[in-house]
Amino acid sequence: MAESSVATPAAEKASGDPVIQIRAMHKWYGQFHVLKNINLDVVRGERIVICGPSGSGKSTLIRCINRLEEYQQGQIVVDGVLLNDNLRNIAEIRSEVGMVFQHFNLFPHLTVLENCTLAPIWVRKTPKKEAEETALHYLTRVKIPDQANKYPGQLSGGQQQRVAIARSLCMNPKIMLFDEPTSALDPEMIAEVLDVMVNLAESGMTMVCVTHEMGFARRVAHRVIFMDRGEIIEQNSPEEFFNNPQSDRTKLFLSQILHN
Amino acid sequence: MSMTEAALNPVDPGYPPGRHPDLPPPSMTVGPVGWLRKNLFSSIGNTLLTVATLYLLWLVVPPVLDWAIFDANFGATSKAECVLPGACWAVVEVRFDQFMYGFYDAGQTWRVNLAGILLIVAVAPLLFDKVPYRRHLVWFSLVYPFIAFWLLVGGLGLEYEPTSKWGGLLVTIVSGVVGIGASLPIGILLALGRRSKLPVLRMACIGFIEFVRGVPLITILFMSSVMLPLFLPEGVTFDKFLRALIGVALFASAYMAEVVRGGLQAIPKGQYEAAMALGLGYWRAMYLIILPQALRIVIPGIVNTFIGLFKDTTLLLIIGIFDLLGIARAAVSDANWLGLHTETYVFVGLIFFICCFGMSRYSLYLEKKLRVGHRR
Repeated sequence: MAESSVATPAAEKASGDPVIQIRAMHKWYGQFHVLKNINLDVVRGERIVICGPSGSGKSTLIRCINRLEEYQQGQIVVDGVLLNDNLRNIAEIRSEVGMVFQHFNLFPHLTVLENCTLAPIWVRKTPKKEAEETALHYLTRVKIPDQANKYPGQLSGGQQQRVAIARSLCMNPKIMLFDEPTSALDPEMIAEVLDVMVNLAESGMTMVCVTHEMGFARRVAHRVIFMDRGEIIEQNSPEEFFNNPQSDRTKLFLSQILHN
Repeated sequence: MSMTEAALNPVDPGYPPGRHPDLPPPSMTVGPVGWLRKNLFSSIGNTLLTVATLYLLWLVVPPVLDWAIFDANFGATSKAECVLPGACWAVVEVRFDQFMYGFYDAGQTWRVNLAGILLIVAVAPLLFDKVPYRRHLVWFSLVYPFIAFWLLVGGLGLEYEPTSKWGGLLVTIVSGVVGIGASLPIGILLALGRRSKLPVLRMACIGFIEFVRGVPLITILFMSSVMLPLFLPEGVTFDKFLRALIGVALFASAYMAEVVRGGLQAIPKGQYEAAMALGLGYWRAMYLIILPQALRIVIPGIVNTFIGLFKDTTLLLIIGIFDLLGIARAAVSDANWLGLHTETYVFVGLIFFICCFGMSRYSLYLEKKLRVGHRR
């Protein structure tokens, strides 16, 4: 029963066309084995939430998907392109994969609008005017069009993270990666960022989110993946995952995160 | 009614709670009186210091002004004509052209003046963003080095003026501007090289920086003027001044590289990762994201290096190039002007001060301007 439900939620949305394929992937930091035998397929339009205790390798895993981290064994294929040392492949992947960081990483010396238009202008060679129109469109979508000419330092954390999401969307990515997007935010700002992410999910974006927001996982995820000590321990539909966890480590993690 | 009750039920103050109107501040805390009290007479100790400072200024400033201006001799043509007790500025007035141009032909000095004026036109659009026609003038800035080279050296219809005839402020400005203009880009490349992942490039940059920083500028100038010609094949020679310029520029580059590296290290790794994640390559990430932030942080250090470099150009005297200070030393050893060290060195010192102080003020202006954009 558990076995079959692994596939179902993905299958209902799936076009059967995996955009991310990770096969027997291993990664070491020096002697330390961070990721152990990771196998993961993400199909187009699928939304995945990865959770697990800190140090379990979940951030490292999604940073491997756009090659911010190298892996030493196995393979990752993103949108049909094999991620290896080929710099051209890496650049191609990075412009197709948007990433939102825990600490926003907006460029403090550029205005919000310039943050959003920089990559389209320099990487995609979009004309400036068109890039600005796109940027305003996405800033409107994350509900801060009126802040376009401010500098990131003048915005609240929640607003900065929404700008960061808009900045990624301006590149028209096929996949969005979220690396603990709400962990650095004050509680009252988490909701505004999650709202934007739910909105994005409803538009059919392929999303891989590392997050501890279990409400978000229940609401939008097709699949929840639990990682511990560098391994994928369990993956299941949100309902099965929360109501019927299989492994003891998952149960322990859930009891800690849901009852404190 | 007891005291406490009165405090708890005060008379109606005439405004709703939380709407207390602003009162004017007490008169002793604002305005000139307030400023004096706060800054000069805030305590007995500070009052004593203020009085003592005023007394010292009264001791020093009037005599200096008397010497330099009120009792000074202007318009004299020889030392004998200096009869007033103050300074004898004749030494500067008579030798003014030498202080400015060295031994450049008197009939050709207009070329130096023109190059100087064009220098201002070329540099202004790089320094200030409100210069009219800035976008077009930047193109002029790019070709300026060639125009200046032609004007100063000659050829193509202009009389040839060998660099051995150059001197004075001309040499100081040329070596300062070339050193500054070359050391910033070279320094940035060295700093990036030192942080590179490519071992050979990194070792080469570290080796260069550490070697150059490890030896005095004089050594490098001697190497360039004496040693280098020995290694070059017979008959191959190039200008001594040019060799010295290259030496000065490379020397300053090594220091600049370390200043810039300090700025690069202050940029959080997340900035680099965000740039990479957006698909910007290494050079674009550096040019658009990392360097604008890193250089902004180290403006004081960069200008410090510039000022140091500008003053270091006086060492050119050692290899027989007469910069402004060199010309001054020649002037005071002239038998006709014996004993006029003070006037000569005050004049030269003043010129150096104006240049260095100008750079320092510009750096403050730049910091203030950029801080507006970087506000948190």
